[in-house]
Amino acid sequence: MSRKPDPRKSDPGSELNARTTGHQWDGIEEWDNPMPRWWLWTFYATIVWALIYVILYPAWPLITGATPGLLGFSTRANVAAEIERFEAANAPIRARLVAADLETVTQDPELVSFANNAGAAVFRSHCSQCHGSGAAGVSAKGYPNLLDDDWIWGGEMSAIHTTITHGIRNTTDPDARFSQMPAFGRDELLEPAQIEAVAQHVLAISGQDHDAALATEGAAIFAENCASCHGDEGKGNRDVGAPNLTDAIWLYGGDKDAITYQIVNARGGVMPNWNARLSEADIRSVAIYVHGLGGGE
Amino acid sequence: MSTQTPEPPSLYAAREPVFPRRVKGNFRTLKWWIMGITLGIYYLTPWIRWERGPNLPDQAVLIDLAGRRFFFFMIEIWPYEFYFVAGLLIMAGLGLFLFTSALGRVWCGYACPQTVWTDLFILVERWIEGDRNARIRLFRQDWNAEKIRKRAIKFTVWFLIGLATGGAWVFYFTDAPTLLHQLLTFSAPPAAYITMFLLTMTTFVFGGFMREQICIYACPWPRIQAAMLDEDSLTVAYRDWRGEPRGKLHKGETTPGEAQGDCIDCMACVNVCPMGIDIRNGQQLACITCALCIDACNDVMDKIGKPRGLIDYMALTDETAERAGKPPKSVWKHVFRPRTILYTALWAGVGIALVVALFIRTDMNVNVTPVRNPTFVTLSDGSIRNAYDFRIINKHGEDRDFYIYIETERSMRLSIEGTAELRVTVPANQTKTQRVYLTAERGSDAATDSRSPVTFWVEDRIANERVSYATNFNGKDD
Repeated sequence: MSRKPDPRKSDPGSELNARTTGHQWDGIEEWDNPMPRWWLWTFYATIVWALIYVILYPAWPLITGATPGLLGFSTRANVAAEIERFEAANAPIRARLVAADLETVTQDPELVSFANNAGAAVFRSHCSQCHGSGAAGVSAKGYPNLLDDDWIWGGEMSAIHTTITHGIRNTTDPDARFSQMPAFGRDELLEPAQIEAVAQHVLAISGQDHDAALATEGAAIFAENCASCHGDEGKGNRDVGAPNLTDAIWLYGGDKDAITYQIVNARGGVMPNWNARLSEADIRSVAIYVHGLGGGE
Repeated sequence: MSTQTPEPPSLYAAREPVFPRRVKGNFRTLKWWIMGITLGIYYLTPWIRWERGPNLPDQAVLIDLAGRRFFFFMIEIWPYEFYFVAGLLIMAGLGLFLFTSALGRVWCGYACPQTVWTDLFILVERWIEGDRNARIRLFRQDWNAEKIRKRAIKFTVWFLIGLATGGAWVFYFTDAPTLLHQLLTFSAPPAAYITMFLLTMTTFVFGGFMREQICIYACPWPRIQAAMLDEDSLTVAYRDWRGEPRGKLHKGETTPGEAQGDCIDCMACVNVCPMGIDIRNGQQLACITCALCIDACNDVMDKIGKPRGLIDYMALTDETAERAGKPPKSVWKHVFRPRTILYTALWAGVGIALVVALFIRTDMNVNVTPVRNPTFVTLSDGSIRNAYDFRIINKHGEDRDFYIYIETERSMRLSIEGTAELRVTVPANQTKTQRVYLTAERGSDAATDSRSPVTFWVEDRIANERVSYATNFNGKDD
């Protein structure tokens, strides 16, 4: 025989065989046989590995961080390096996007695909707070819906780009789009009865139920006070940011109360100039993204 | 009297080396064949070429992790078709249940990679160091030039087998000829070298040194199998009612005497066992049912003029029957039982379902997500518009045009973002996301009803394939 005699095999009553853990389940006992040597050495090796790991890598949690480890490994630094790597990889296409002509950029599927992905991310971080994650704005609260085909300052790619770059009615960018409707009621430019008549006229030109007599009276007041911005027919003027009053879309609501309130108080929203916070490539990306949401002209 | 307690045994149990002797017989021949076929499939499959046309790899079996695609001859599996892989895994599981309940640990004994590679490593060991007795002598002798030479050659050949094994594995994941060239010029990706190194070392250590320890200590399968075997499952067993009392042949005898059983205690069954166990102790966890002891014992029975089958494939019911003097059931009766037939039916059912799914799937895939944030958009003329995000997958190797049209009882207009046409071009092997609009006139039924059913059709007019997606149009319900 080649093997060392195993006492457990040659002698069933050996001391080794008698060793149990002492646990019993319904009279069934559990052997306490020795582990294979390789198994134990592997187990000890894992303990040694753990000790080395604790010395080399961040391990023990402290109050504001963790023990740094000798190798200076840091997932945060790794992420920063990853981001840098992706920025570098995207640099050429971002340069192409910045150099592209805004009117023809939609002809380049590669740029559009890149801009839509980048723009969607920028939109979620910077625009969705007011315009909503689905870009539908907030109905009747002054946050415009970007999905429809109605634009106060224009829906061409270049107009959207300008609006995002400089913002609206902010005080931080001298090139910001600016317009101010007079508060006809609050500043007592019109009598309450005149305001009522103008409101009836606006209801009339937008095709809603109205008092015809008052509306006719209001038409004259409208021509005198409102038409300079909103146009003789009330179709608005994008150059001065005057909304179209004849369509189905209302920034602050289109019923009689909402229209009256707007004539009295003349609300207007503010949008930041994003050139202070976003790169040109990001602004162009989000412009292309918004342009592709369904309303782009 | 002394109250001294016995010395506690060591925590360690050193591995007892096993030196399996060479054996000849039907089962050994079968095992050689299975080893040749399984290793041949494993090493050669990545080199089979399969023409698929432009833009697609020409490797017959390829797991393209970067492109998230799995190629298997004429079949191409995309990530969303993972149910095929799940189905194959279910079939593999049911197949193991089936084989285990019918034939016991036949997987362990014949087809398990651990068994096959250990067999190959033992074969190499025998070529270089000689058969059992020579190996034992070499194992016991002190280190000298001969031992160093033989060990060095053996380890080198083992290492080369390990290298080929790890190498073959990485070829499944990328184009094999390209990777081989890269490997030889040291320009392959680090992942390839790391994977090869790990698999080389595991093959080397598992096949060369750990061998039966893997089966006994590391593998969960022997434990699971215990739950699947029943009294009709075939296992390797020793007919102790025939063999006992065992005893050596006396001088001049050619057959055992009257008072003796058929077992002449020649240890042939123990010496050939790759697990180092004695099958005469009964069925045990370490037995992988490789049947080499059957071959060894049959050889001895032939020599001493006794019938074969002292050690044989048997089920527990056979033992009971034979002890009662009845004949054992035939192998076929063990294999064809309600339990195994049920497993076979389930296994075949899943297989047929997969084949049917394979044939009815289309070469295009369209996923429509109705945009519900917001549910609808009012346009300046008062019409109502819904948006739908289409994901169109082109599984062909060339660009394809897909035409979109709708089927609905109500009046609405279809348009596609960024184009005046009702056509979307998807580049070869790519997925394209496209926004599609439906617009209903102000005051129309669709515009004023909260929901109107509508079915989108996407059609490839060249391949003449189309798929549909049923959804709803949301109106302004006020």
